[in-house]
Amino acid sequence: MFFAAETEGAATAGWFLENAWLIPAIPAAAFFLIIFFGKRMPKGGSEIGIASMLGALVIAAGTAYQWVQHVKDSGGAEGEHAVGQGLLGAGRWIGEEGGEEAGHAVAAISNTTDWFSLGGLHVSVGSYIDGLAVTLLLLVAFISTLVQIYSTEYVRGDRRYTHFFAAITLFSAGMLAMVLAPSMVQFILGWEIMGLCSFMLIGHWWEELPNAKAALKAFYTVRVGDMGLLVGTAMLLAIFGTLEIGEINHLAAAGEFESKNLLMAAAVALFIACIGKSGQFPLHTWLPDAMAGPTPVSSLLHSSTMVVGGVFLVARLYPVFHVGLDINIAGQQFNFIAVIGGITVLIAAALAFVQNDIKRVLAYSTVSQLGYMMMGLGVGAWTAAVFHIFTHAFFKCALFLCAGSVAHTGSHHSFDMKTDMGGLRKKMPVTFVVWIISTAALMGIPFFAGFFSKDEIIDSAKHNDYTVFYFVGIIGAFMTAAYMTRATYLTFFGAPRGGAAHFVHGDDHHEELAHDEGHAHAYAEEHPHSEAEVEAHDAHGHDAHGHGAHDTHAHRGKPLPFAPHDSPWQLTVPLIILGALAAIVGFLNAPAFDLIWFEHQVAAASGLPFGEGIYAIPHPPEFSWSAAMPGLVLVALGILVSAYLSREVFGDAPSRFKGLTARSKPLRAGHSFLVNKYYLDALYENVIVHAIAYPISRAAYWVNQKVIDGAVNGVGIGTRRTGELVYKYVDQALVDGAVNGSGAAAQAAGGSLQPVQSGRVSMYGALLFGAAAVGALVLVLVNT
Amino acid sequence: MLLNQFLLLGAVLFCIGVYGVIARKNAVMVLMSIEVILNSVNINLLAFDRIWMQADPDRLPHGNVFALYIIAVAAAEVGVGLAMVLLIYRNRRSIALDELSEMKG
Repeated sequence: MFFAAETEGAATAGWFLENAWLIPAIPAAAFFLIIFFGKRMPKGGSEIGIASMLGALVIAAGTAYQWVQHVKDSGGAEGEHAVGQGLLGAGRWIGEEGGEEAGHAVAAISNTTDWFSLGGLHVSVGSYIDGLAVTLLLLVAFISTLVQIYSTEYVRGDRRYTHFFAAITLFSAGMLAMVLAPSMVQFILGWEIMGLCSFMLIGHWWEELPNAKAALKAFYTVRVGDMGLLVGTAMLLAIFGTLEIGEINHLAAAGEFESKNLLMAAAVALFIACIGKSGQFPLHTWLPDAMAGPTPVSSLLHSSTMVVGGVFLVARLYPVFHVGLDINIAGQQFNFIAVIGGITVLIAAALAFVQNDIKRVLAYSTVSQLGYMMMGLGVGAWTAAVFHIFTHAFFKCALFLCAGSVAHTGSHHSFDMKTDMGGLRKKMPVTFVVWIISTAALMGIPFFAGFFSKDEIIDSAKHNDYTVFYFVGIIGAFMTAAYMTRATYLTFFGAPRGGAAHFVHGDDHHEELAHDEGHAHAYAEEHPHSEAEVEAHDAHGHDAHGHGAHDTHAHRGKPLPFAPHDSPWQLTVPLIILGALAAIVGFLNAPAFDLIWFEHQVAAASGLPFGEGIYAIPHPPEFSWSAAMPGLVLVALGILVSAYLSREVFGDAPSRFKGLTARSKPLRAGHSFLVNKYYLDALYENVIVHAIAYPISRAAYWVNQKVIDGAVNGVGIGTRRTGELVYKYVDQALVDGAVNGSGAAAQAAGGSLQPVQSGRVSMYGALLFGAAAVGALVLVLVNT
Repeated sequence: MLLNQFLLLGAVLFCIGVYGVIARKNAVMVLMSIEVILNSVNINLLAFDRIWMQADPDRLPHGNVFALYIIAVAAAEVGVGLAMVLLIYRNRRSIALDELSEMKG
């Protein structure tokens, strides 16, 4: 019944919706083209990557357009004109695929083909299009395109330039395939492709040990979670007997399963995968280390792909989680997803305060925002969480690209805010403006993108009686505002320091460093710590752009890096586009203005009905400024307090706040607790890994020496003895006897038959006919 | 009975052919003898076909088709055979088969 309805839907849906499988297929094909031919291309394969992403973007845009049309067609007059939160009226059975329930139930459009079938289980690949998939498709294709354009400048001259583009293209292909997945198998495929590519990209500069370690750490940590994905998928198969995502959602929402406990276990197992992939507590530790990769990679990884994968999984299989974990059951105060998300919001935000590396601040900020998304899903704010994925991608991508732009042009490839930045606002106006807009969006300042999504999550937590998470949300907003203010101050305000100081025209360093020869030398003298510090933060040793590479800038005929200029257009154009979107994209779903266009497009993809009832998502709360006010006040407070403290602590003027963490014992303890990331890394590496690895390796050695070697030796000796006996009696007497005997017999027979082979044709003929005659005679005799 | 005469004719021709194949030294004569053998078989096929046709007029003429088939194959076989004979003649200036004993084992 499913597939009949789907085919009908697809027949009228339009070319893009039916051929959406091309969106991941094009970059995947481009990957092979880049690998095989990239080095021979004039631009080292980057043109193939960008062209393929543009192709994917065009098709994704077409798909999005046709999806909107499709929603309009299915929604009918009521859905189209209804405005306000009442739109998703009771009885709207959205998960129903056939669309027979009501005119405004928007069916997902599935277009699949059997990949293989195993004893009645059909595993399909293809495309499964609904609002959620379309959102992510457009987002991923768009941001990947911009990031690739940005990368052409950022990694220019890199020794693995071609491989970089190959990996980043395959990475996008993996994410797109996962987003489109109609079955869990394709989902896992895309998920694992991303895992592999993130390893390759984070370890892009693997010649330096910290980078290689960070890549391995990312891979292994995510792998720990991936076990949950496999186990959870197997459990889903056991519960529902199918791997099709549409059917799983439908069955889960309809309550057609045997055991609730099993479903809960499956949801928990799947959520463990999300914890690993989306950097939730306690497996968030890989994410900041993943900053070792080139900045465009961090940007792509942390905005629209990879880390969003976990959130996407929860959103995709929301009925499984919602039903399995009893989300929104009356009286529920806590559930697994919301608790993990809430913890992540707070601990990651706290960690962001003690980072000196601008990218690490952003990395913890990403972890914290992912916590918001998970928390949103945990409290039943499905639409708001998905919308937060959408808006967060724009402003976080922009922030990372700003950080890359600052490092690339402004601070001599250092990401250290304390030693190498400061005062850059006048020298890099484009980067500064985009940064401010994106930061405003991240903080949730009204009318920027992040406000509408984050406020909706916080508001829903309160509305759905998850009071604790309401407070977590607004405290998180306060912390977000504060740490972003600190980072902004350190980067763009105050006095230029270190690498950024060279940047300032007319600075007294300028004359001193006018000569290229003197430059690197003087720099090294001036900053004996900078190299060590960069290494200590496992960051960013560009092999082509290291600290020793200053004079390459001058030789390229570009202005010297300490002349005042912003980044080249390949860097600024994506920044401007993303900054503009970060400012306006929130209006796609701004309850404050009765704009719920986005919700209208995607809500059906949640797979659950909205409204009252068991296993229903509550309606989003009515927006009111008074409800949003506590959060906004805290954000404003965060900005002010942090700005004041930053000026005091990092400014030039002497202040009693300076060195406070060194003077006050409790503060020092807290500071070092944060600097050491709650000692989680130490716990994992020194305690758990040691406890597991060392006894196991010792036991394995013992088993190896005593048991396996003993067995092997025993078998060897026994075999030799047997062999001797066999040789003596069986081989020599029996086998050889038989062989010799048959040889002798054949020789004798040959000798006696030799005269027959006279070589005379007529004799052969006579023998032939004689034989035929004998044969005929035998036949006659037998038959009579 | 009619069938017997045909079968006798076939048998006689077959024996003549076999004798020719075994006794003749000239390769061309051997080939001709083979043709005789094949045609004796044809006679048998046609005779049986005719008999069966009398019993059941509706049946298809399988025997005739067989005979046609054999004629076609025989033509091809003679073509190949004559080509071989020609080559043997060019090499040895003789087509006497008893002088050919290269195949002696």
